[in-house]
Amino acid sequence: MNSLLIPSGAVSASTREKQGESMKISATAPGEQPTILTLSKVGKSFGPLRVLKGIDLEVQRSEVVCLIGPSGSGKSTLLRSMAFLEEYDEGEIRIEGQLLGWQNTDKGRRRAPQSQINQVRRNIGMVFQQFNLWPHMTAIGNVCEALRRVRRLSADEANKRGMAMLEKVGLAHKANAYPAQLSGGQQQRVAIARALAMEPHIMLFDEPTSALDPELVGEVLQVMKTLAKEGMTMVVVTHEMGFAAQVADSVIFLDQGEVVARGTPQQIFHNAEQPRLQQFLQNYLDRNAFWQDSKPPTPNL
Amino acid sequence: MFDWPLLQQNAPLLLDALWVTLQVSIAALAIGFVIGIVVGSLRLSPVPLLRRLGGAYIFVFRGIPLLVQLLFIYYFLPRIGLPNVSPTMAAIIGLSLAAGAYIAEIMRGGFLAIPGGQLEAAGLLGLSTSQMLLRIRVPQAVRLTLPALVNEMILLIKASSLVSVVGLADLTRTAQNLAASDYMFIQDYLMLAGFYCLINVPLAYCGSLLERRLKEQTA
Repeated sequence: MNSLLIPSGAVSASTREKQGESMKISATAPGEQPTILTLSKVGKSFGPLRVLKGIDLEVQRSEVVCLIGPSGSGKSTLLRSMAFLEEYDEGEIRIEGQLLGWQNTDKGRRRAPQSQINQVRRNIGMVFQQFNLWPHMTAIGNVCEALRRVRRLSADEANKRGMAMLEKVGLAHKANAYPAQLSGGQQQRVAIARALAMEPHIMLFDEPTSALDPELVGEVLQVMKTLAKEGMTMVVVTHEMGFAAQVADSVIFLDQGEVVARGTPQQIFHNAEQPRLQQFLQNYLDRNAFWQDSKPPTPNL
Repeated sequence: MFDWPLLQQNAPLLLDALWVTLQVSIAALAIGFVIGIVVGSLRLSPVPLLRRLGGAYIFVFRGIPLLVQLLFIYYFLPRIGLPNVSPTMAAIIGLSLAAGAYIAEIMRGGFLAIPGGQLEAAGLLGLSTSQMLLRIRVPQAVRLTLPALVNEMILLIKASSLVSVVGLADLTRTAQNLAASDYMFIQDYLMLAGFYCLINVPLAYCGSLLERRLKEQTA
């Protein structure tokens, strides 16, 4: 079932894995571990509701992991935990070996001091569903802010790197526009540039295209595909199954706070065994199929 | 009804007094703005004690009439061993403290209107709490609350007429003195009213200009 999800001619996951493999070797400096993100038995409750129920996950350098699942499955909470925007309350999250957010003491664990949390997550970049650009700053202002104030670059240096990042997402010509003067897709690309400017080792995407008009989704996905090709380590919460199928090295299906299935796009989308996953994919297909008999309409030009 | 030669004679005196009123008001606005930002963010602090501290400040300085605060600062504080303050200092302190309480409430509203995600993004990029306050929260809160802030400035300038009770020769006190000596009450007080409008009408106009410019930029 579900062979519709991978368009013919799509980059197969195995091709990308090979690219990833070669990137991995060049990206791993001596002393750096190949595993960049480790989750062990991560749990999180909101009051009596346990939204994450012991998640285990490893993300290797240059790997692209897509998290899919129905709304309320906990995938956004999981992603936000990886940046400690949610305080997970069971298990451990380690970024390049360092424990995120908590400190183990003799009396159990305590929230780590903010400076330490920032230190551990300084190599994480994050892109949000709602872009979260600062509306009172221009595109280049948004990109340069942390370079100036956190990395302490001079105005010239920050500007140079900022422009290079905007160039990368195809928006150098919009450097002086305010977010309100940009389309949703452009705003999201600026947000990606802002995160990239800090040279993160891993990028987290929280439904980056869910707030966009359908015709603007493509430009953002294109930027993300390019990033993946360049060997960026990425964890992506997404409803774009096509993107997951083409770009991901592994896909994880969450439901009710549990990992129900994980595997290559091939395994998840074509050989789904778990009934819950099958149902999820079937719903997705039903919702997105607007043509009959699995035959895409040919535009009448 | 109008005595023109007298008017011409009094006007320069009032102009000097206008300068006093302006100096006191501007100083109080600047200090009050800083107090407002600090107390306003205290009110939103995750730490309960700090929240309560901010609340107590507003309770006191918004709750007590400015006139009473000024009398208290000028006459009572020296009695309990604090150094004498000049009328100018007493006026600036009193006005700042009161303005701070009102501006804090305005800023709190402005801070609350900023989507939390913007601060999450800032925090993840490594900006410190104070950088977030000064670079992200305050600039936006000021834009969002500009009409209320301009209103507060105008109120403060008018409230500065109360500083005459501590013996400062501001606009109101000077006009009172003039009227007491020449008995031209209507003429002197009309002129006094005119001088206040001379500050506040342009101020309101600048406020709406600024508001329009910022709106063009961000919406």
